[in-house]
Amino acid sequence: MTEHDITLSVNGTEHELTVEPRTLLVTALREDLGYTGANVGCETARCGACTVRVNGEAIKSCMRFAVQSDGAEIETVEGLAENGDLAPLQEQFQENHGLQCGFCTPGMLMTADTYLKDADDPSREEIREAIEGNLCRCTGYHNIVDAIEATLEQREASHE
Amino acid sequence: MSESDQPADKRGFGDPIERDEDVPLLTGEATYTDDIQLRGTAHLAIRRSDHAHARLLEVDTSAAEAMDDVVAVYTGADVEDSGVPNTIPTAWMLPGLVTPQYRMLAVDKVRHEGDGIAAVVAETPQAAQDALEAIDVEYEALEHVTDPVESVDRDVPPVHEEAEDNVAFDFELGDADAVDEAFADADRVASVDLRQPRLIPNAMEPRSALADWDVATEKLRLWMTSQNPHLHRMLLSAGTLGVPENKIQVIAPEVGGGFGSKIYHYPDEAVTAWCSMQLGRPVKWKASRMEGYVTDCHGRDHTTSAEIAVDDDGTVRGIRVETHAGLGAQLSQFATATPSYLYATILSGEYAIPAIHCRVIGAFTNTTPVDAYRGAGRSEGIYVIERLMDVAARELEMDPAELRRTNLVPPDEFPYETAAAVVYDSGEYERAMDTALEHVGYDDLRERQAELREEGRYLGIGVANFVESAGLSPSGLAGDLGAQAGGWESSIVRFDSTGTVTVLVGTADQGQGHRTTFAQIAAEELGVDVDAIDVVEGDTDQIPQGLGTYGSRSASVGGGAIARGAREVREKAREIAAHQLEASVDDIEFDDGEFHVAGAPDRSYHIQEIAAEAYLGHDLPEEMDPGLEATNFYDPENFTFPFGTHVAVVEIQPETGEIDLERYVAVDDCGEIINPMIVEGQVHGGIAQGIGAALYEGAAYDDDGHLLTRRMDEYAVPHSTYVPDFETDHTVTPSPHNPIGVKGVGESATIAAAPTVVSAVVDALEPFDVDHLDMPITPETVWQAMGGEE
Amino acid sequence: MYANDFEYYRAESVDEAVDLLGDHEGAELLAGSHGLLPRMRTGEEAPPALVDMNAVDGLSSIEHIDGDLSVGALVTHAELAESELVREHAPALADAAGEVGDIQVRNGGTIGGNLAHGDARTDHPAAVLALGGSLDVTGPDGDRSIDAADLFTGHFETAVGEQEVVTALRVPLEDDASSTYHKHRNPLSGYPLIGVGAWAQTDGETIERVRVAATGNLAHPKRLAAVEDALEGESLEADTITAAAEQATSLGDDEFRPDVQASPTYCRHLLSVYTERALRDVLGVDGE
Repeated sequence: MTEHDITLSVNGTEHELTVEPRTLLVTALREDLGYTGANVGCETARCGACTVRVNGEAIKSCMRFAVQSDGAEIETVEGLAENGDLAPLQEQFQENHGLQCGFCTPGMLMTADTYLKDADDPSREEIREAIEGNLCRCTGYHNIVDAIEATLEQREASHE
Repeated sequence: MSESDQPADKRGFGDPIERDEDVPLLTGEATYTDDIQLRGTAHLAIRRSDHAHARLLEVDTSAAEAMDDVVAVYTGADVEDSGVPNTIPTAWMLPGLVTPQYRMLAVDKVRHEGDGIAAVVAETPQAAQDALEAIDVEYEALEHVTDPVESVDRDVPPVHEEAEDNVAFDFELGDADAVDEAFADADRVASVDLRQPRLIPNAMEPRSALADWDVATEKLRLWMTSQNPHLHRMLLSAGTLGVPENKIQVIAPEVGGGFGSKIYHYPDEAVTAWCSMQLGRPVKWKASRMEGYVTDCHGRDHTTSAEIAVDDDGTVRGIRVETHAGLGAQLSQFATATPSYLYATILSGEYAIPAIHCRVIGAFTNTTPVDAYRGAGRSEGIYVIERLMDVAARELEMDPAELRRTNLVPPDEFPYETAAAVVYDSGEYERAMDTALEHVGYDDLRERQAELREEGRYLGIGVANFVESAGLSPSGLAGDLGAQAGGWESSIVRFDSTGTVTVLVGTADQGQGHRTTFAQIAAEELGVDVDAIDVVEGDTDQIPQGLGTYGSRSASVGGGAIARGAREVREKAREIAAHQLEASVDDIEFDDGEFHVAGAPDRSYHIQEIAAEAYLGHDLPEEMDPGLEATNFYDPENFTFPFGTHVAVVEIQPETGEIDLERYVAVDDCGEIINPMIVEGQVHGGIAQGIGAALYEGAAYDDDGHLLTRRMDEYAVPHSTYVPDFETDHTVTPSPHNPIGVKGVGESATIAAAPTVVSAVVDALEPFDVDHLDMPITPETVWQAMGGEE
Repeated sequence: MYANDFEYYRAESVDEAVDLLGDHEGAELLAGSHGLLPRMRTGEEAPPALVDMNAVDGLSSIEHIDGDLSVGALVTHAELAESELVREHAPALADAAGEVGDIQVRNGGTIGGNLAHGDARTDHPAAVLALGGSLDVTGPDGDRSIDAADLFTGHFETAVGEQEVVTALRVPLEDDASSTYHKHRNPLSGYPLIGVGAWAQTDGETIERVRVAATGNLAHPKRLAAVEDALEGESLEADTITAAAEQATSLGDDEFRPDVQASPTYCRHLLSVYTERALRDVLGVDGE
């Protein structure tokens, strides 16, 4: 099948690559470009382990072909920490023990990080709804909700 | 407390220290098996059976072989003809057990949907997958069976010729005569028939393997998603491949959850390795989720009739249990142990029950193999006794919590030998139960329940007590009962010459936080900072021996091995310190990492300074060898027995049968707590899996023997909105025989949560004369139980 | 699993997309890819060619056109759910869009793709049927409109032709009308086990016009004519609604699709319950 030359901007770095049409965005990120943070845990858009940000929105990167994302601005978990310092959300995941095996974590962080950009004093139930597209089999979600809540509280406190 | 039992200062032991392992997991830098890329890697895909049961008439691979980018295609016959042992062994023998050969790829017939038939190796994973369809398989369909009762009761073609009646084993435990007598004497008998459905573990990371056979050295390196790399090394050597054990390196890098499913030696990693050996190049295999659903070992699948004999005052006189356990189409390693010894021996629960008898018929079925899934055996057993307590309470018109309390093993009875052939190490059952009931406000809830019922609202309060057998041991006893492996764990605790510490241990983490908790144990024993300690797991070339992580064993058995190793190191350091201080060893005290002569704390050596001396070797006691490290093999004298009480509060929506899980309270006693934050995390995750089993999960097969729940949108792994916030608390009853007093916590909450939630829903439905509902209790189940269409 | 191999074409215009569909037999359109792609990865569909619509301009707006609310085919579920225009004029559509999957799926999936793909399990069809919507489609023979009532012909079957491109969803704007969508989520899939859309016009006392439609575990999304008949012209009372909702139980077992955890009997019951809830909501009649 005809291969296609595409450009992906990942965490601010432009990459040019050649892909088969059927190459998923997550496959291009993981196997062609080495961004192995996003993981693949299912084929039915349920698990969310592959969540990245495309043009500012959290999406499941196993639910689109790489060629569809030609020219897109992509942000992955690898871009959250700056100069080796964990972002506040990552710190709160650590402090609140919001991860165990870590496989769902990159996707969970990208969903939560995107949600937090616009979130305004959400209830725990609203936080749970926000991360509904990310399955975690280890934590039972309680500490993940704690971590997201704590990040918000920390942000509020720093604005006061 | 003596010094060797409890070093002076807390150096992290007991503190909620943040996890050392988190940063790479949070930044995406962590390396899981599928993240590893080796130059020249070929990719494996496995053609799997579409049939539940069929004779393989022909497997024609020629078209697949001719496809672009296909490197090779192999069938079961190719593997068999290569002369490798080709046998995945069972790890637990039972009397009369039938053990058909479990091969890497099917040769004569396929026995379940998903059974491997042929292997395609290609230059890309896509090309390998594409070629699967080009393999022409001619089947002769056979009648199949997926239900464990039907399997042995119905006249069907056997799954294996060796077991014509499909019975793999017929197991008994307990005293049948004593039980008959108890039932004859008791005032009343209550009974329940129940199904514990087949569960699919769903670790978030699908299984995968990357094999690299080095032609020159004839050494196999295998990265894989393993809970126990040493066990895999042994089974690959002795069972499937015949490669000498010292020529196999198994590496478990980051592993994305296991819950039992990554304990086992599956055909797939052996096929991956075998293909690498045939081709002399790296070969990688990764399961899709759908592939995992038909190949990862499932859990549970019990059909049970259980009876309980009670007196009018609530005294339980005996229980009688008969279970058909589905084993699937092949005997996975612990498939036999799980529904026999891990199940029947826990049926006494937290209660003093004088007479217990259990019979288990292990049945082959045309399904994915069944093996231990989080809680394995103990989950099923506790579920049975807790359901029995509820039906007995209903029979006696007694409060179910009160009936439970009446029968608890009292604290002064420990060690307590049950009628189910185990000795509970320690327990303060009533204390944990009181803590839970007080926390939830049990009496108030009962009042509120009564009030709401007047308004036509249905509140349910479920209480379950559990006890778990953790850290299967000692090896000798396990061997007597049929185990083909030991129950020990091994560690190396090594001071490096500059004073840092390296701990190597044979357990293997899949998210439990071993690196942090084990460092806390070593820090406690050695008086050094946790930051100075590095814990290494998951590589058979670095860690000499080990048995891995399963059965809630890592903290108690692995942690025990680390504590004992650290103590040995500390004692050698003490001798060196005595030599340096020109004093007798008996006069040397160890305090917060410092050795000094008793009564003279001003002159001291820190253990890290002693380490430097040990490696310099310039001035050591006579006849002492240099170095400061210890290898320890810890074989516990008994299981440990964590326990606790969980309470759930539900409200039923009568119109739709929906269940609102309003509160969930867990009080766990896992002995000494190494890191409360991590323990709580284990409890949270365990509860979610137990709630999943109770309300959402459950595999099902259609009439053709195909898995109906074969994808992640057909099997309900709980999402964030399916579970409530959890309220947790702890009591601490140390295990008297464990070196650090811990009992383990990995499976506790899963064991407790399913019976707790079921109890709550059934309690809510008391006005409808419902005394039991099978899991998963869906809204439809509830709606039907409330009268449904009527 | 990987998707099957296919040829990829990027259309720059609707007409080019129509041409590409004509040139490549079996070709399918690719928009948000959330309907098609998972089915390719599970092996349920294997189109030899895909025509990507994402570069086509003019399909992403929500606006008033000729007395209709016009929603471009590439509008995502998230955009629909957040649109004030949609919330004001077609609340059922906003409700349904907000109920789709999860945040990521709502960001990825599009309304045009959803309706053209005809996945009977999804939320939108009930809302669109209840709102009396229609699809603007362009094909080799030009433009036409497909009424929602004629659209859904089966599970993954719609009246959209093989070479036709959906360009917009139109919802007629009518005064004094309100609409809503209520969903019972299937815990296995997140799709509706039963979803009911309702639209009504009243004069405050009498139910003048009403449309009720269901989606979820049905053979295909459909209007509930018996329910509508029991309401139209009737007075606005709780008993009327209850009796009308009861009409939803007239669906036979074969009109439901099998589900591992929900029988037709239960789905039928839910249909009646959710019909009543949707009607009470849209008609402003309190429960009990």
